[in-house]
Amino acid sequence: MDQTVINILNGLSSGLLLFMLSSGLTLIFSMMGVLNFAHAGFYMLGAYVGYASSRVVGFWAALAIAPLVVGVLGAAFERLCLRRVHRLGHVPELLVTFGLSYLILELVQVVWGRAPVAFDPPALLAQPAFTLVQSAAAGLSVVAGHADAATCAHAACTTFPATRAFMMGVALLMLLALWLLLRHTRVGLVIQAALTHPEMAEALGHDVPRVFMLVFGAGCALAGLAGVVGGSTFVTEPAMAGAIGAILFVVVVVGGTGSLVGAFVGSLLIGLLQTVPLTVDKSLADAASALGWHVAIDSAAWPLMKLTLAQVAPILPYLLLVLILIFRPRGLFGTRDD
Amino acid sequence: MTFLSKPLAFASTLALACLALHPGAAFAQKGETVKIGWIDPLSGLMAPIGQNQLKSFQYLAELFNKSNPAGVKFEIVPFDNKVSPAESLTALKAAIDQNIRYITQGDGSGSAGALVDAVNKHNERNPGHEVLYMNYAAVDPDLTNSKCSYWHFRLDADTSMKMEALTTFIKDQKDIHKVYIIGQNYAHGLQVARFAKADLARKRPDIEIVGEDLHPLAKVTDFAPYVAKIKASGADTVVTGNWGSDLALLIKAANEAGLNVKFFTYYANNSGTPTSLGAGAAGRVYFVGYGHPNMTGTIRKLQDDFKAKFNDDFYVADIYTELQLLSEAMARAKSTDPVKVAAALEGLRLKSYNGDIEMRKSDHQLQQDLWISVWQKTDAKNPYSVENTGYTFAPVAHYDAYVASTPTSCQMKRPS
Repeated sequence: MDQTVINILNGLSSGLLLFMLSSGLTLIFSMMGVLNFAHAGFYMLGAYVGYASSRVVGFWAALAIAPLVVGVLGAAFERLCLRRVHRLGHVPELLVTFGLSYLILELVQVVWGRAPVAFDPPALLAQPAFTLVQSAAAGLSVVAGHADAATCAHAACTTFPATRAFMMGVALLMLLALWLLLRHTRVGLVIQAALTHPEMAEALGHDVPRVFMLVFGAGCALAGLAGVVGGSTFVTEPAMAGAIGAILFVVVVVGGTGSLVGAFVGSLLIGLLQTVPLTVDKSLADAASALGWHVAIDSAAWPLMKLTLAQVAPILPYLLLVLILIFRPRGLFGTRDD
Repeated sequence: MTFLSKPLAFASTLALACLALHPGAAFAQKGETVKIGWIDPLSGLMAPIGQNQLKSFQYLAELFNKSNPAGVKFEIVPFDNKVSPAESLTALKAAIDQNIRYITQGDGSGSAGALVDAVNKHNERNPGHEVLYMNYAAVDPDLTNSKCSYWHFRLDADTSMKMEALTTFIKDQKDIHKVYIIGQNYAHGLQVARFAKADLARKRPDIEIVGEDLHPLAKVTDFAPYVAKIKASGADTVVTGNWGSDLALLIKAANEAGLNVKFFTYYANNSGTPTSLGAGAAGRVYFVGYGHPNMTGTIRKLQDDFKAKFNDDFYVADIYTELQLLSEAMARAKSTDPVKVAAALEGLRLKSYNGDIEMRKSDHQLQQDLWISVWQKTDAKNPYSVENTGYTFAPVAHYDAYVASTPTSCQMKRPS
């Protein structure tokens, strides 16, 4: 029971980290009409800038500085590069972001090297957020921080790291802020108008290119924020962009490109799909025999049937991607039909 | 060509080959430069280990160049293989193109297997340009059994030998009842699981294997789901062959989740892992190897000097064995030609930093003593602070070479 709770929390926290990235990506998609291939690159840049600045000013200041730096870089890229390419159509735009992703990767390797850097969370986050105590007598209970040794002597104690709780907190705060901004402020109204009806918004006197630049910069800043949180919780190294980039596109396609709700649901779904199946050691053959059909070890289907869910877990998100593209191309919450 | 001239053509080829094989017959090997192509990761999650090994190689080459039995100069030429078998082959090609006749690799039996095949083929097709492969860390037993090669020499103890030592130790640990096996999903991880199950069943049939997991090599950054699974299984002990980031992050996740079990590992001393162990793992993490950080004599001096120079730990001590064996074999062969050196290496016995060693002739597996040590605070007897943590690996068991020695099924094809 306690491990099920921990598993679900693990899944939700990695899903929420994904949401910090997919929300920005999907906003930018609504605006440009193309996927920003460099988005995971900005995530990595956030982690490295966070690492570099945390060594000078400490982790908490870095948590503010890194998103700002990455946001400004993103906005500058939109203003100086993407805007010029925009007139040429979607394919050049796509290629330019694709090129940028490589540029960021090489730049990071030149500046910080190819090996992982030691980006550790601050002492406050290096301890457990809470402890789950599972005892035969009292059932499941929750203790904030560490449970005392006496309790754990005759009960199973599992701690949940503060880094992950912090990750969830930051993502949820960000979700709230984003929702308030888009739904309840004038800026949000202008952004929504510029995203759906750019000509009309422009005719009404709004500077639509500037709105695009700000949205692009804000999306990148969110990715940078996710980078600081993710980089300090897991590992900060040059392959981190590639590793999360692939899964990010799955999230956006599954949730529905251009939909914030879709990005949220898709992120949580993929986050859970990445962690929970890892803990299930049952195979198709087990499922079949539970239904009364026994697969022989020498049958042709055995090599496939014997694979446990834990073994195939890494491909499940991609399987979902293919299924969604076949049966519901616009994604779970997508509005576009193209 | 008529069939009559065939023997003639063969004879002349042979003569040419003999000439090519003995270019320096009239000269001694003294003063020659021996280039060693080092093929291991310098990028990605395993890069810290590769960097440490490369530094160790360069440091020891410098030391051996001051004096060695053969009077040769070693030069280390690094190639980054990104822990990938395919990239290793590209690196081998590049090394051969640069006329490098000795290669060395260690990180990953996948790459090692690919290199053995490629070296075999190369040597068969290019007589006179043979390449010798010194394996200092890839421990898949197949490399000295079913896939054994005359051109491959292994300096580290293989998976079966280390598991033999580990299980001999576990046999007497009465508080171990439930074991969980976790490993990287490639040759090495599979072999560790196989030998752990076989050896435990033989020595401690009462121990229950409560779970078994394989995960991708050098890809996982979040081990929390695996740790939750270990916890749910009720295991009191984890046996793992993981190395590099896969061990450091596994133990980090275990510490974060409060997983209070014993870890029996192959590589807890690898760069980055000691730092992630911390105080929480004291007395719980063991590792088996051909040495430990608190040895005395030659190796202690090297360790201290290395730390003073690079502020890093020198722990891949069989690099010392490698250069020691190579220079001794070159001195005996009076040549740096890999063909002659290989012949001299077979059955070579030496006194090394960890006792008497022998390069077993039948399969080219080095026979040496093994130690099991445990993570604990430094004390008067075990003063070496690993990665400046204030903690160290203190020896708890020492096994003579014959205890952990395992038989071989190698049917070696020797060049005639």
